Parts: sequence; structure tokens; C-alpha cells
Amino acid sequence: LGATEITPALWEELEAALIQADVGVRVAQELLDRLRERVRREGVTRAEDLRAMLKAELRALLKDPPPLNLGRDPLEVVLVVGVNGSGKTTTVAKLAHRFRQQGRRVLLAAADTFRAAAGEQLEIWADRAGVPCIGGQPGADPGAVLFDALQAARARGYDLVLADTAGRLHTKYNLMQELQKVRRVAAKAVPGAPHEVWLVLDATTGQNALPQAREFHQAVGVTGLILTKLDGTAKGGAVFAIARELGLPVRFVGVGEGLEDLLPFDADAFVEELFEDATGSPA
Amino acid sequence: MFEGLTQKFQQIFDRLGRRGVLTEADVDAALREIRLALLEADVHYTVVRDFLARVRERAVGAEVLRSLTPAQQVVKIVYEELVKTLGSPAPLHLAGSPPHGVMLVGLQGSGKTTTAAKLALRMRKAGQRPLLVAADVYRPAAIDQLELLGKQLNIPVYREGPEANPVDIARRAMRFARDHGHTLVILDTAGRLHIDEEMMAELEAIRAAIRPEEILLVVDAMTGQDAVRAAEAFHRRLSLTGLILTKLDGDARGGAAISIRAVTGVPIKFIGVGEKPDQLEPFQPERLASRILGM
Ligand SMILES: Nc1nc2c(ncn2[C@@H]2O[C@H](COP(=O)(O)OP(=O)(O)OP(=O)(O)O)[C@@H](O)[C@H]2O)c(=O)[nH]1
Ligand SMILES: Nc1nc2c(ncn2[C@@H]2O[C@H](COP(=O)(O)OP(=O)(O)OP(=O)(O)O)[C@@H](O)[C@H]2O)c(=O)[nH]1
Ligand SMILES: [K+]
Ligand SMILES: [Mg+2]
Ligand SMILES: [Mg+2]
Repeated sequence: LGATEITPALWEELEAALIQADVGVRVAQELLDRLRERVRREGVTRAEDLRAMLKAELRALLKDPPPLNLGRDPLEVVLVVGVNGSGKTTTVAKLAHRFRQQGRRVLLAAADTFRAAAGEQLEIWADRAGVPCIGGQPGADPGAVLFDALQAARARGYDLVLADTAGRLHTKYNLMQELQKVRRVAAKAVPGAPHEVWLVLDATTGQNALPQAREFHQAVGVTGLILTKLDGTAKGGAVFAIARELGLPVRFVGVGEGLEDLLPFDADAFVEELFEDATGSPA
Repeated sequence: MFEGLTQKFQQIFDRLGRRGVLTEADVDAALREIRLALLEADVHYTVVRDFLARVRERAVGAEVLRSLTPAQQVVKIVYEELVKTLGSPAPLHLAGSPPHGVMLVGLQGSGKTTTAAKLALRMRKAGQRPLLVAADVYRPAAIDQLELLGKQLNIPVYREGPEANPVDIARRAMRFARDHGHTLVILDTAGRLHIDEEMMAELEAIRAAIRPEEILLVVDAMTGQDAVRAAEAFHRRLSLTGLILTKLDGDARGGAAISIRAVTGVPIKFIGVGEKPDQLEPFQPERLASRILGM
């Protein structure tokens, strides 16, 4: 019998890596149980092979998504939602920049009328991105602001409205209802809207990311995730549990605070980086 | 309290056919459940390991093994250790002569600006004359945000033009506070990554310039395993004096608090429980311990 490199210490190391990447103890155990079975069945003995198998299993959880539901209708609407401070407003600006470069005529709706200076923040970003921004008075009804923005977009020949919404915890019934109302306004004003509903998740978030996704999805039908702050040392492993349970794809990642710091999600690179420590060397 | 967990343990012990007397194996079976609970609450992987080792040492003692209600005993030990790890509640420590400087620091979006306003309101109620200082010159409209909050609360905000440098702003704000009879200076700094060398050096420079009484790390209660790394880096650079945990009004279990306590040892001073200026509360270790255990 040849010696196997697959020792209890190796299993523990893999578990530690998964959990420290915020994959979560349940998903981690499920993955490792499946791998134990495969190791036995397939007679795997090399650590390197086991690592490769784990990466492949993780990669398989992130199914390749269908193309975006954009680029067909004369006026399209994207709602950007999420908990407080996850990076929505900054991401809306980055998206505006990106879509504008692709030749779209973008208009921003500042539908966060609650947080202090949220409108001013988006206005500054709109200037930098070179797109117009429609907002309302502090405390104004966010649905009404979006409605105005959609009317303005139609009248002035814009073809893509990106709506920034106020941060809210998914546990707050009234605020989630308010968001549903914003969605209904879009649906009524523009056929097929909202075309996409993107949930902005902070990559530093741990196990709370799943209930967030669950509740936002239930309330407003999330179509994709944007994972921000990946330029830090957090790995964003919580998206695996979300992909497994809700089937939501990651569409973009945020990697900084500038307009250019938004990248299309690259699942292979994401899985690879999950196992690298902060200094870039393999764990 | 802890009925859920106690029942769970009792079931484990019953399954093992134990009545009253526990073996080490029984304790280990119970600790596996605790491990799951802590990891699901976002306590850091290695912090969980060390914590369980401490609990095990106590639980495997004769006192528990001879107890008639072993499940309760184990839960009690876990809870006590958790409360001990979370530490005692601590107020702001304002020694020496006023004006006292308080610096709020942390990662992007953790809640610093909102917390600055909350803290100013709270301290004014406690008899201080606070000054808020807009030392975030980077985030779009960060200064406006603080100024609006100050206006709502009728608390003065010290601000300069967008070209000013945060170290100078902090220094001049202290002088302004001295000249105008403010007793407390609360500095809202820009969010930054702990690996951003230049931005971390800026915080060191502000600290050197104003010698604050308190340097508080503001942490989002939803933070996962990365909390340890970030907190460690902030602590290494700045010698933090305390921690404020925000967004506890949601359903995040807040296990990051334990991790940060474990790596920095600094006390948790307040918790944020909403977006409004009056939604800041003193930290209570018992409540947070229950929450982390999921009860
Ligand atoms: N490092 C880094 N910071 C980011 C990223 N995205 C956003 N931020 C920062 O995170 C902080 C919060 O961003 P916002 O865009 O204001 O977040 P928000 O979700 O709109 O916040 P609320 O509207 O208050 O709920 C800001 O300091 C941003 O500069 C990112 O990808 N990387
Ligand atoms: N629900 C809830 N929201 C909070 C709490 N504290 C802050 N927030 C919200 O979190 C978001 C971010 O808060 P800010 O105060 O702007 O955070 P910050 O750390 O100053 O952000 P940067 O300056 O961009 O780094 C805002 O939407 C706040 O209203 C809290 O305790 N509970
Ligand atoms: K956050
Ligand atoms: Mg915002
Ligand atoms: Mg701020």
C-alpha cells in the first residue's frame, strides 16, 4: 500500500481555508463530505489532486449565468439594492461609467432620499461619470423619484436608468415594503422593468449574506449579485451558499473606490483567489 | 434562557445513554454543536478553536461530570466563558483636561459617520460640549453628510474645504475646540482598507497630531472572518482603545465581536441599533453572548 498524502491534517487545512473565506461551515462540510466519498471511491492519494477536486467542486457551484437581460428594450431599468453601507451608490456610479463606455445613454435615479447627503453623493458621482442624475427632496417618496427619473429618461432619449436605493436591513418589514413599491413603480412605468435587480453585497460580510440574499430576493426578485470591496483581504465566500440555495449569479465585482474599479465576475479567478492569503501566496 | 441549546445537549447526552455522569467524549459531542453555532455566528475559525479548548478544560472537570444536570452545566460554562471573552462594558475614557479627542476609524461603510453623530448626541446628553470634525475628504459628499447630521442635532461641525489635508484639519479642529469651549472633539475619518499603506499612515499622523483619548474601531456586525485581519491591522498601527459594533438591529449574530476582542483585547464600548442618531446603546455582554449562541 502506497502512502497517502491525504491526512487528517490536510482535511483540517482545507476546512480552515473554506471557513476563513466565509464559505460557511455547512457548505464547507457538504463539500468536504463529498470529497471524502470521492477520495475513497477514486483512490485519490495526492494532496494536489484533492485541492484541484475541491476547486472544481467550488467552481461547479457557480453555474455560468445567462446573458444580462439588457440591450433589447428602448428604455431599460436596473434597480440596485442592498443593506446599509454595502457599496450601492458607488457601484451605481461605476455601472454608469461602464455602460456609458459601451455606448448606452445612461441616466441615474437617486432613489435614496433617506440617508443624509445620499443625493449629493450620487450627484457628484454622476458628474464624474458624465451622466445626468434625477433626485428628490430629502424624505421624498423614492417611488416618486424613480417615476420622475423614468419620465425624464423617456422625454430626453436615455435608454438605461440605474436606480440607487437607500440601504436597508432585510429584516425591516416597512423598508422592504417600500422597496417593493419602488419596483412596482418601475414595472408600471416601463414595460419589462425592472430588467435587472442587482443586490450589492460587501465581500467582508460573513454568514449574514445568505439571509440578506434570501429576503431581498423574496421581496423584489433579485437577478444578480455585485460583490464589492474585493480589493481588501476578504474573499466573499458567502456567494457559494447563495448560488447553491437561490441560484443567483455574481455579475460584477468591486475592487476599489474609483469609477474604473468594477470588473465582470470571473468565476475561475474567484475560486483561485479563495485559496490565496492576503500576501498572494497559496494557503 | 438557553433552553434550545440545553435541550440539544440533553438529546446528545441521552443518545449517548448518559445519565448525570459525562465522559470526555460526551463533552466533545456537545462542543461540536457549540462549534457549529460559533462558526455560523462568524466567530473566527482559530478563535473558535481556542475558545473551545478553554471550555473543554473547564467542562471536563469533576464538578460537571458528577452533576445531575450535565447539559445545563455545559451550557452554563459556555455562556460564562463567552461573557468573559466579550468583556465588561466600558464607557468613554476621558482623562486629563478638555478638549478630549475621539477618533472613529474603520473599513469603508462600517458606520463611522453615522456613529460620530450618535456619539456626539449621547455625550451632549452626558454634559459634554461636542464638536464633530469632518476629516473624510475623500468620499463624495462625506462632509455634507456629517454637516447635515450635525445640523439635525444642532451640534457644530468643523469642516474645511475639499483641498485640506485630514491631519491639518484635525489639528486645527482641536485648536478651534479649545478656543470655543468644546469639551469633546469627535473625528469622522474616511473609510479605508487595513492594507492601504498610505491611508493607514494618515491615521497614524492624525493620532500623532492630536493625541486622542480614544481611538475607536467601528465595525459592521455583519462582518465575517476578515474581521480579525482588519482589526489586528488597525490595532497594530493605532493602538485602539475600543470598539463600536454597528447594525445590530438586523439579524446578524455579531460573532466578529468575539474575534476582535480576542485579537485586540480592547473593550466594546457601544452598539449601533439603527440609522437614527439616538440608536446607539451601551454594550451589554450578556445580551451579545445570547445572540451569538443563537438564542
Ligand atoms: N475598497 C472599496 N471600497 C468600496 C467599494 N465599493 C464601495 N466602497 C466604499 O464603501 C463605502 C460605502 O459605499 P456607498 O456606495 O456609499 O455604499 P451604499 O451601499 O450606497 O451605502 P448606503 O447608501 O449608506 O446604504 C464608501 O466609502 C465607498 O467608497 C469597493 O469595491 N472597494
Ligand atoms: N441599520 C443600521 N444602519 C446603520 C447603523 N449605523 C450606520 N448605519 C447605516 O450604514 C450606512 C453606512 O453608514 P456611514 O455612517 O455612512 O458609514 P461610514 O463608515 O462613515 O462609511 P464611509 O465613510 O464610506 O467609510 C448608512 O446607510 C447608515 O445609515 C446601525 O447601527 N444600524
Ligand atoms: K459593510
Ligand atoms: Mg448609498
Ligand atoms: Mg463616513
